[in-house]
Amino acid sequence: MSDASHWSVFINAALINNFVLAYFLGICPFFGVSAKLETAVRMGGAVSFVMLVASVCAYLINLLLDAVNAPYLRIISYILVIASTVQLVEMLMRKLSPTTFRAMGIYLPLITTNCAILGLALFQTNRGYGFTSAIAYALGAGAGFALALVLMAGVREKLDLANVPNLVKGTAAALIVAGILSMSFMGFAGLGR
Amino acid sequence: MNTVSPVQQPPTSAWSIYRAIVGIGALCALLIVTVYQATASRISENQERFLALAIAEVLPAAQSTVAIVLTEDGRLVEATDAPALPVFLGFDANVELVGAVVTAEGMGYQDNIRVLYAYSFDEDAIVGFKVLDSKETPGLGDRVETETHFIANFEKLDATVMPGAGTLLNSIVTVKQGEKTEAWQIDGITGATITSEAIGNILNESANTWVPVLERNSTAFRKSDMTGER
Amino acid sequence: MLGKEVSSTDEFVKGLWRENPVFVQVLGMCPALAVSNTAINALTMGLATTFVLLMSGMSVSALRNFIPREARIVSFICIIASFVTAVDYIIQAISLELHRSLGAFIALIVVNCLILGRAEAFASKNSLGRSVLDGLGMGVGFTVALLWIGVVREILGSGTLFGVVLFPDTFQTWTVMVLPSGGFFAMAMWLLLVNWLKEREAAAEKRTQEATS
Repeated sequence: MSDASHWSVFINAALINNFVLAYFLGICPFFGVSAKLETAVRMGGAVSFVMLVASVCAYLINLLLDAVNAPYLRIISYILVIASTVQLVEMLMRKLSPTTFRAMGIYLPLITTNCAILGLALFQTNRGYGFTSAIAYALGAGAGFALALVLMAGVREKLDLANVPNLVKGTAAALIVAGILSMSFMGFAGLGR
Repeated sequence: MNTVSPVQQPPTSAWSIYRAIVGIGALCALLIVTVYQATASRISENQERFLALAIAEVLPAAQSTVAIVLTEDGRLVEATDAPALPVFLGFDANVELVGAVVTAEGMGYQDNIRVLYAYSFDEDAIVGFKVLDSKETPGLGDRVETETHFIANFEKLDATVMPGAGTLLNSIVTVKQGEKTEAWQIDGITGATITSEAIGNILNESANTWVPVLERNSTAFRKSDMTGER
Repeated sequence: MLGKEVSSTDEFVKGLWRENPVFVQVLGMCPALAVSNTAINALTMGLATTFVLLMSGMSVSALRNFIPREARIVSFICIIASFVTAVDYIIQAISLELHRSLGAFIALIVVNCLILGRAEAFASKNSLGRSVLDGLGMGVGFTVALLWIGVVREILGSGTLFGVVLFPDTFQTWTVMVLPSGGFFAMAMWLLLVNWLKEREAAAEKRTQEATS
């Protein structure tokens, strides 16, 4: 439906309309996991993977729902697919890389309630992206999420060493940093158009 | 979770898990379908009313409308069910064709923008414009809906068809605020460049698709005795 | 748990301040920041979330003996998703405009950690009556928190409140407040205030404890 090239869809999702900093999706893990750089990178990777799978599944489910004319089943089917995908990723990770699995801890199952993934599926459906555009969108969103997470973690690690007043420590400081990051990302607005 | 602890409750049987999931699933499905049916007529009423008001705003001369679709072989026929982006022909009280109303959609800065515009056959131009749905930034991008000089663009936005071809003579394009020199240009809004340009692109693409077709097939409708329902 | 008998009013009130979902538990932040750019959006989102919180809490509590441990999360998700779908259609029936301004965020209520968290931590272990109070309390606390953020952002960012223009034309709006960054800043501001108040509360308690000992 849209004539936007795949590249511009990717850049849009990663930078201009970054999922965390512009759409406010995926905030819970954003503040929870961004304290340490290493966990941030791992979380970014896991979320990107789940986003890709969720995007493909959402596209297929939507085809099915359109065929049977049952739009009201969209929300419930999307979230159930996402929950299953996260289960799958959990099992795979436990088998293939137990150290990463232990390091991620509680945050792995929390990806299910990550608004970014459901948001991705819903936005993609609303905008009527074709299959390849949806993939570009998911890759862009995942990359953007990982980028925001890593940037945040880097800044917060440095902040930990600084002399911050007690009142501001923790979430309040993270929020202010996020606000500044969000403003800086607005500078990407004219890119790729 | 692999320490051996005293069993506190008997392991749940597969039957009770199965029963729970299927039971909950059935209850949920019942709830969803009930609410959907209960609200469906009210929702479509709301949508129809909204669209009717919008059409009246962009093409006040139209007393009645007929929804049309494009068939595969390029003809215009009356629509039997509602397409995603409806197109209407407007008729006045004497059932004379006064214009066409087209819905168009495209990507703005934040998300998709949905617009409605009216095309006048007599003036070969877009004579009415309304934003139906936009998520643009309040105070910035959403000024395309309120800024007077921007709205003035659409009093007569040239959309003449190139004779003998299936496109517009001049592409509709957005220019910087204050630099409009031609009738087919849209004077943009400084500070809302991306949204203004998006509107230009949306209109250009839609007009290039629809206006040549409407012009070519309009004679068939002019003398027709099709009465439209509102 | 503690030997204290938790009164019914306490179940309701704890969601308003002591265990406020947004400022204390820091849950459900995504919608708090995303749809709070105007007060009316914040209010609608808060009410919709309260509705889902209440209804799903009641359902989970009523069915708690029927749902085995293994099927917990899947059942909760199904129930919550159904009520979210319901509220989505109800809002569309009430006002298309409201539905448009909230957009996909109504559907995103389903992944609001607050709702799943309350279902898991409270509703599945408590009676129907208490679950209703808990759900209402958390919902109202959430709505009030959202309104705080929304009111600040709308007044500073657009110069209006619930659409009513407050300032003369000469007021230069702080447009940043209706942008995403503004959401982060507004929330940080309120969080600082809440933290400060809590610190004073804790210090006052310590003083009375030391005085009596």
